[in-house]
Amino acid sequence: MDSSRFLSASVTELKPSGIRKFFDLAASMEGVISLGVGEPDFVTSWSVREACILSLEKGHTAYSANAGLMELREEISFYLDRKFHVNYEAEREILVTVGASQALDLALRTIINPGDEVIIPEPCFVAYGPLVKLAGGIPVYVSSNSNNGFKTLPGQIEKAITQNTKAVLICSPSNPTGSMLSRKDFEKISNIIKQHDLLAISDEIYAELSYDEEFTSLASLEGMRERTITISGFSKGFAMTGWRLGFAAAPAPLLQAMLKIHQYSMMCAPTMSQHAALEALRNGEEDVQRMKTDYRRRRNYFVRSLNEAGFPCQTPGGAFYAFPSIEYSGLSSEEFAEQLLLEEKVAVVPGIVFGSSGEGFVRCSYASSLSQLEEALKRMASFMKRRQHAGAQWKTLQDF
Amino acid sequence: MKLNEKETEVLEILEENSRLSIDSIAKMAGISFEETEQIIHKLEREKVIIDYAATIDWRKVEGHEGVTAMIDVKVAPKRGVGFDEIAERVYRFKEVQSVYLMSGAYDLSVVIEGRSMSEVARFVSEKLSTLDSVLSTTTHFILKKYKHDGRIFETGEEDKRMVVTP
Repeated sequence: MDSSRFLSASVTELKPSGIRKFFDLAASMEGVISLGVGEPDFVTSWSVREACILSLEKGHTAYSANAGLMELREEISFYLDRKFHVNYEAEREILVTVGASQALDLALRTIINPGDEVIIPEPCFVAYGPLVKLAGGIPVYVSSNSNNGFKTLPGQIEKAITQNTKAVLICSPSNPTGSMLSRKDFEKISNIIKQHDLLAISDEIYAELSYDEEFTSLASLEGMRERTITISGFSKGFAMTGWRLGFAAAPAPLLQAMLKIHQYSMMCAPTMSQHAALEALRNGEEDVQRMKTDYRRRRNYFVRSLNEAGFPCQTPGGAFYAFPSIEYSGLSSEEFAEQLLLEEKVAVVPGIVFGSSGEGFVRCSYASSLSQLEEALKRMASFMKRRQHAGAQWKTLQDF
Repeated sequence: MKLNEKETEVLEILEENSRLSIDSIAKMAGISFEETEQIIHKLEREKVIIDYAATIDWRKVEGHEGVTAMIDVKVAPKRGVGFDEIAERVYRFKEVQSVYLMSGAYDLSVVIEGRSMSEVARFVSEKLSTLDSVLSTTTHFILKKYKHDGRIFETGEEDKRMVVTP
């Protein structure tokens, strides 16, 4: 019997992540230098790990409240106010989730009716579109390009709005491009969102990793708090990926609706991770700044070296990704990533997996040691030289 | 000496890894090669950068298992020069790695490195203790170094991440 006939239509239609396919190939090889990782190379700060151990020693192994430990929600509320100037009430407007991914899933499932459209600027995180579809909605992608630093233009968002549009999902700093929207960019976008009476979902998971200008939280802009669901978590800024701890902040009617789904599906986030997160928020600022300084230096080094090696790349304002062009190789981004992996054992992620406007680019994470980056750059440069050489021969042959 | 932002940045990068090339430092700090070179020369000239040293785990090198001892020294300070004169006499010995003036139960903390325990013992009994101002010494031998100058010796810090993640 073919058990696949039991699958739901929405899951059957869902394509596997483009990264997953590439991951299988990379995982089968040894000695690969990886620029394919979307996570910090720092281990979670010792004081945070130690706080978790202490919580276990004290026997804090039971469920927490559905919305999360009250003292953690209070701490998140202080944190959002202190750092990003947005004010959320701990008791009714903050929800602790299993990673920012779950917060995003909850937000989409809470607001989408079948057929509702969600506008998503791309290239974007691979999960956005599938999560909208799983919630019964339709993702409407708005492309951006390198000429404007992969920033979504407000006009493009406006053009994509139809009577079915429910929300706009924005991520800044962006995965995969690292591009960052300025306060002015956000103001323009928020005006459109307000004019058309839409909701905003703001994925702020990389907020702590903005290097050149101050991060703007969408909900801090005038008139946006009541129509924004803010999503964030501890994975990136606090180097806590494996702890699976995120949070959502939104006006009470939205947040309480999200809580309903959360209490039936997840119950609560892991209690020990919540205790660790408490320590991270209370005493982790210095570690966050130390890691951020390190990423900024690596970004400067990596992006300048990429440009020197023949990979045109804009300086990303945040996150830990560079998104260089591989156009001169004459290969598609998938071909480039696959051949680079097979010939030089360097793993990068093809830009196409983040949306059609990612074609011609690859995502490189610079959350790796400087010596690894140096070696990867050397290999990428030698790969590119060979390609250019091959390209030149091809051109000569065409001339005949 | 007041340093500007770029000079401080270069110093921090060098403190982390003094073997980096000027080119790499320039890229990391986001400034030109020439400017980086000038900053480093200036800081060397002004003795802000005192030396470029490596942290070495000598236990791993055959025939180089040295001995490190920390010695608490009580001294009688002299009028006019306080502890400075005796400190200078102590730090000039090549066996002495560092000398600190301390608050509390003793005055100078002296770190000695020698090839063997007997060599360190000989230094303490023959050279350090016999100095005029030295009243007493207490020697502590270091049995194992776990962390030194901010560096963890046995790191085991291999990358545990997957090769590709979303």
